[in-house]
Order: sequence, then structure tokens, then C-alpha cells
Amino acid sequence: MSAPVSMSAPVGVGAPASVGRRRLRRLPAWICLILALGISLFPLWWMLRTAITPGPELPSDNAGLLPRHPTLINFERVLGLVSRDEARAAGGSGANLSFFLYLRNSVVYTGLITCAQTIFCAMAGYAFARLRFRGRDALFNVFVAALMVPPIFTLLPNFALVKQLGWLNTYQGLVAPSLLVTPFAVFFLRQFFLGIPRDVEQAAFIDGAGPWTIFWRVVLPMTKGPLFTLALTTAVWTWNDYLWPLLVAPGEDTRVLTAALGIFLKQSPNTSPDWTGLMAGSALSVVPVLLLVVFFGRRLVDSIQFSGMKG
Amino acid sequence: MTTATLTKTETAGAALPRRRRGDGRVALAFLAPVLIGFAAFYVYPAVRGAWYSLTDWNLLSEPGFVGLDNYAELVGDPLFWNSLKVTAYYVVLTVGMQIVAGLGLAALMHRLTRSLVLRSLLVVPWLVPNVTSALLWMWLLDANLGFFNHLLVSLGLDNQGFLTSPGLAMPSVAAINAWGATGYTTLLLYAGMLLVPRQIYEAAALDGTGEVRQFFRITLPLLRPILAFVLVVSLIDSFQLFDAVAVTTKGGPVDATRVVYFYIYEEAFTHFKMGYASALALSLVLILGLLTFVQMRLLRASRSDLA
Repeated sequence: MSAPVSMSAPVGVGAPASVGRRRLRRLPAWICLILALGISLFPLWWMLRTAITPGPELPSDNAGLLPRHPTLINFERVLGLVSRDEARAAGGSGANLSFFLYLRNSVVYTGLITCAQTIFCAMAGYAFARLRFRGRDALFNVFVAALMVPPIFTLLPNFALVKQLGWLNTYQGLVAPSLLVTPFAVFFLRQFFLGIPRDVEQAAFIDGAGPWTIFWRVVLPMTKGPLFTLALTTAVWTWNDYLWPLLVAPGEDTRVLTAALGIFLKQSPNTSPDWTGLMAGSALSVVPVLLLVVFFGRRLVDSIQFSGMKG
Repeated sequence: MTTATLTKTETAGAALPRRRRGDGRVALAFLAPVLIGFAAFYVYPAVRGAWYSLTDWNLLSEPGFVGLDNYAELVGDPLFWNSLKVTAYYVVLTVGMQIVAGLGLAALMHRLTRSLVLRSLLVVPWLVPNVTSALLWMWLLDANLGFFNHLLVSLGLDNQGFLTSPGLAMPSVAAINAWGATGYTTLLLYAGMLLVPRQIYEAAALDGTGEVRQFFRITLPLLRPILAFVLVVSLIDSFQLFDAVAVTTKGGPVDATRVVYFYIYEEAFTHFKMGYASALALSLVLILGLLTFVQMRLLRASRSDLA
């Protein structure tokens, strides 16, 4: 994708004449860049720093880069590992919290939607890109039109539908609207399949393979990488989703992390929110994101830059 | 792979060999899951949403047909017009911050480094769930114990209620979301800058053109198509502001952050006015459709100068 471009050296580097002076002149630019990096990352440090501060000490200990008496009690209590009394002593409101459960629900929600949506939308994208059938372009245009519709318009009736089906607080209600399709993925994958060379597919066709075999045995294995990249983006979106899970599945057994954080804030007293607990819960919601960056940083960066190139 | 090279010459450039009857039935198999999902959760709700907008419905009883009453109410509803105004204010603020910061950062990276680590770190805030970043910033901006007020006080300034004063609440929300999105915007713009041939910069440098001038005379004009793309994406995205408002300000203080998405949500799920909320939502569809149309027309004027 963008690999060959990003390999090239920064513009202007390597001119032998005045390397030293150039470096000095570039110092302010470097300072700006590092400052921006600081603004990006400092809030996350502050989140962790608050999460490891003992709750009762927070009013007097909220300025230093490190807390005076670091502790893991806040993580233990949002995960439901300590008794209610201990949790209350550490600054909790006494409300039951089990972030292990919410974490699991988030993983299930994200995993199900990412896998199913990517496969189904890849099938559809391939059909739109390569197969010939009546009404193809008209149908595709309907999907493109759906891209423009703000989700809240379909969210209201979808909520009513899930409620009428008796699916509130169930997994099927939670995943139903996004499991099979999102117009963006269909659109994106069609463009993607249009852009890859047809040689191998044609060879398989000459060998007598039908479209079904070609798709599963030839195209999918060939495009594993880019599909995985798209799946990463879908996973990030789904993981971040808030309004839908909050509406349809606020119950303890199906509550996902984002909804849990919102509900946690609501249960916490308005005048002095349980900041140490909230930040511990918040930190837990960021862990998978950081893992993504550590393991798939290049893929993530490439996928974003790739969508920029297409613009 | 060997067969690929063999057949390449025969059919190079041509479409997949024509079949007499098309691929209708196979295509149906490929499309079935997506079509079922689309019909059940996009088309059907769209029709129902349009119908609800003509009814009075509280989610419990049967919807009762009221004709265009909801739309008549909407035209005279000061809160609706306020929500549009507030949303537009937010969009201008947050998109402005993102694009200015993103352009600056992308330009700096473009001139200084190709570091993948730096890019990955910059994009981390974009990966943080909106709810989490809203909570985090609510804490950072807290009027009593928040870090930023600590900073202000230690500089000898007054405490600020960033999210509780009507004048500061919306800029604060815009800044929170700009924090989240700037890394993403930066990467998009940076990718665009990589497409500019470096010979142009080398020629400019030979002519003695300074860095700042190069940015305004070369980078910015050649970046126009990608800037337009980023603008459209972030505009549409910003219109859907909900999470940060729902967590931090809940529309307050005095409607200062009651954006249209949050207003629709409140009408539907706090006041149980499903019919009215549907009318609001459908109006938003029309407004966004119109905006997209206008943007498309403007975009057409901004094709790449590199092509």
C-alpha cells in the first residue's frame, strides 16, 4: 500500500553542506513536534496516575506526576475483586462493579461484529466489483446513498424493533443491526476489489473454477492483509460504540465497557465523582487499544494513510 | 501462478470472460447476508422512521397519526434551531482545530522524520473510546481538582469551570474531540504530503525559498484535494457529536451544548416523544444531504493539480 512511499527519506535530509546549522535551525520544529506528542499522551498518563492514587488521598494529592502512595486498589474494586466495604473505604459509592464482565461483553460484541461484518461485506463487495447481474449498479448506488444517512435516523426505529422483538438486554439485540452489513465496508471493499489485478482470478477461471471457489480459494487468501486492516478499523469503531449498546443492552449481563463507564459516572455522586475508580475503569478500556498499537501499529498507520491517498 | 502468466496475454486488460447468462444466481448467494441485513436494519427502519415522524408515539401505546403536526412543531421549536446553531458552532470549532493542528503536525513530520513510532503514538488518542476521552477530560478540566485548573492557579490565574460555564463549555467539548481526532487528521494530511514530488521542494530550496514559504506556496496548494476530503469526512463526523456531550455536559449549561444529536436522543429516550424525535432525525437527514450535495459541487472544483 503506502509502504514504498513511506520508505523514502524526509525531504531535504542528507545535503552534506551545512548539516550542523540545519540541525540547529530545525530544533524549534522538533520542540513543536515533541510538545504535540506530549499533549497527545499526557492525558493518558494522567488517567493512569489518577487510577493508582488512593481515593481518599486524591483531594490533597492531585498535582505531582506520581502519587505519593501508589496503589492497585482502584483496579481491584472496579474489577469487583474486593468486598463492598473495602471498596467504599477506598472511595467507591458502594455500587456493584464488575469490569471483568463488561470487558468480556465488549470483546464478544467487538469480535462477533468484526468477524461477521468483514466476511459478509467482503462477499458483497466482491459481487459488486466482479460479478455481472441485473440492477448491480442501481443496487450499489442504494448502498452509497445509505452512507449519507446519519445513523440516528435508523437508530430510533431499530431500537423500537429490538424492543418489540423482546431483544433488549440480549446479545442478539446488541449485535443485530451491524452483524451482517455496514454500507461503508461494502463500499470500501468494492473499491478495493476493483483495484486489484484480475490475472490470478482469470487463471482460476480458465482452470474451471466458479466465482464461489475463486472468491474463497483465490481472492480471500490473496487479500488477507488488507482485509485484516479493514477489520482492525471495524474493531476500533465497534469497541468505541456507545449510544447503541447503552440503549439496547444496559443490563449487567450484556453491558459493554463504554456503556459501563457512562453508567458508572451516572451512579457516582455528582458533587464529587469517584475519579480514581472512573480512571481505573477508563484505563481498562484503553488497554486493548494500546495492545493494537503495539502489535499492529504499522497496519493501523498504513490503513489510515491509505484512506487518505484515496481522497 | 504459472497459469496466470500463461493466460495473461490472452485476456490482458479485458473483463472476466463474459458468461452468457450473467452471474445472477451466484451474485444472490454472495449478496444474501448483506441484503438481509440491509433490508431489516436500514431500509425497513428508514420507512418506519418516516412513518413515525407523522405520528404521536411514546414507545408504549400505539403510534397515532397526526399528519405534519411534528414538522409544524419543529419549525417553531426554539430548541431545535438552537441545537442546529450550537452544532454548527461546534463543527466549525472542532474541524478548525483539527485541521490547523493536523496541517502543522503533518508538515513538521514531513520535513523532519519518517518515524513509524511517532506516527503510531500520535494516533493513540484517536483509538481511545470517545466515552473514555470525555471522562478523562472531564477529570482534567474539573473545576476543583482538575489538572488544568491546578496549572492555571499555579500560574497565578483564576479557576475556570471549563465545562460548567456557558461560554467555555462548547469550546471545551470541541477541544476534547479535537484531541481525539487530530492524530487521525494528521496522518491523512501527511499521506497527502508524501504524494508531492520532492523535486518540487528541491527546486524551491535551490531558488532560496524558505521553509514557511514552501509550505504556503507548494504544500498547501498541492494538498487541496486531500484537504477537501478531510474536511468532508470530519464535517460529517462532527455533526454526529453525541458521546462527549452525553458524558460531560448533558446539553448544559443553559443549552450551550445541546447539539442536534443529543437533542434527538433526549426527545426520544428521556421525554419519550418518539414521533417528534423521528421528525427531527428526518430533518437532519435532509440537512446533511443538502450539505453533502453542496460539498460535492465544491469538491469538483478541487481536483488534484498533480494529476
